Amino acid sequence: MAELGQIAQKVRSKNAGPFWLTIDVFCRNRADFQRIASGVDTDRVAALFRTDPDQIKRFDIADLNVVKFSLPRPAIQGTRADRDMHGAAWAVLLEEMEIA
Amino acid sequence: MGRTRVLIPTGALGVAYDRDALARGVAARPDVIAVDGGSTDSGPAYLGRGVSKYSRSTTKAEWRDLMLARDKAGVPLVIGTAGTCGTDATVDWLYEITCELAAELGQILTVTRVYSGQKPSDIAAALAAGGITALPAAPEVDVDLIQSCTNIVALAGAEQVAAALNTGADIVIAGRTTDTAIIAALPIQHGCHPGAAWHGAKIGECGALATTNPASGVIQIDFDAAGFTMEPLAPSARATPYTVSAHMLYENTDPFLLYEPGGILDVTGATYTALDDRRVRVEGSVWRPGPYTVKLEGARIAGYQTVSLTLLRDRHYVANARGWAGEVAAKARSDVSARMDLSDGQFDIELRLIGVDATLGPLEKGAPPPAEVGVLAIATAPTEAQAAEIGKILNPYLLHHALTEDEPMPTFAFPFSPAEMPRGALYEFCLHHVLSLDDPMSAFRLVTNEVGHG
Repeated sequence: MAELGQIAQKVRSKNAGPFWLTIDVFCRNRADFQRIASGVDTDRVAALFRTDPDQIKRFDIADLNVVKFSLPRPAIQGTRADRDMHGAAWAVLLEEMEIA
Repeated sequence: MGRTRVLIPTGALGVAYDRDALARGVAARPDVIAVDGGSTDSGPAYLGRGVSKYSRSTTKAEWRDLMLARDKAGVPLVIGTAGTCGTDATVDWLYEITCELAAELGQILTVTRVYSGQKPSDIAAALAAGGITALPAAPEVDVDLIQSCTNIVALAGAEQVAAALNTGADIVIAGRTTDTAIIAALPIQHGCHPGAAWHGAKIGECGALATTNPASGVIQIDFDAAGFTMEPLAPSARATPYTVSAHMLYENTDPFLLYEPGGILDVTGATYTALDDRRVRVEGSVWRPGPYTVKLEGARIAGYQTVSLTLLRDRHYVANARGWAGEVAAKARSDVSARMDLSDGQFDIELRLIGVDATLGPLEKGAPPPAEVGVLAIATAPTEAQAAEIGKILNPYLLHHALTEDEPMPTFAFPFSPAEMPRGALYEFCLHHVLSLDDPMSAFRLVTNEVGHG
């Protein structure tokens, strides 16, 4: 077991407009990409964000060695409940996820 | 017509870029200089208020250099989403700066403004007439909510930018546009490959972000009948098939599709080829025309806020910060209900524990105990005066609340006097919808002026 952030080159989360969040997991090589793509279950990502798995769009992009997740923002950007205007801090939830 | 060279100085006016690289770009004889002026990324207050995020002095200094570059290149300079949010007020703000600079630099210019602001009453009428469609994850809207927006803008596409260029403008100051439209407009008008025009525009919209040295800013993109070629202009920056293709991921929910006014860009079949160690050639992107719709953005006031910051350093209080904050909030809520004319649903008191879970809130998975805890107290109420009043009701509890009755009264650290800071209005984005248009120009207005005549 290892934390995803120790395997990936970088995990970036960003706003994709005020209503969506997108998280890109960049891997250094195909082997790391395959380990992360097979080791990260979309249901576990949904659980981290306390959302329904159906709400998550997932793209495993082998050409780029990137796994990408897009989901409605945990809070709409800038509302009273929002804590992270640029959406950048949510990346840590994936970085700190333990995978095989 | 055909080949079109677009010079992009930086990802956003107000963000620094390499001046030598800009000079190289001007010497390379571009057909247009295009720069983005805004984004929703900094939140709803800029749209809600109709103001720029960047300082006027920085904006003027950066815009001055681009006006000088334009003069030297002898081609149009286009800015989209002027003043962060692209409201009519920020378009006029940048126009005023442009007039000052034209006089200071001795330039005589044709300046065309593109207004993207929408009257709430027109948008409410379009909603009633079925002309507005919700996008995925859009909030519920009704006529009253639309009427309550302080600003609504529509995102212009290539057609409106092209119409502004066709006025003979030396400078186009556009309100809200898509990030890509200011780059794609001229190549499309020149008959370049439309898929390449939109794809290249997406790659270029953040300046040198799709290169090995994002901070260098300046890039040029050559568009033609089959594709586009991306070239960074700072010697330290290189574009590679990886840096270029990976940029479709950026701030985009789907890395293969981009929705624009009048169609969808599909890059599923795009090929990325290194021409040398710093230039990349892209072909195979497809533009799929569709119904003409423009995206809407709106912001409204959702209350007023007062905030304060209290620091807990005593170990016992750090260890018990959650319970302490819960007691403080409960006491203050009870006082507000008893002493102010506000019912429970009308106001909110939230104490965020910095050092514990202020960033992730309920999604936090746990962290080592901190040395200290910052207590960010946020009071939200229907009016500014009520929010200030709640902040003052919180004050004595934040200063002295004891975990037990039999201990000496504690005192916690306040970094400021007064302790409370009015934050003004809390704005929220309330539209994630598209507006259908029979005529792309019908929701936008162009105004052309000659400036710089003394």
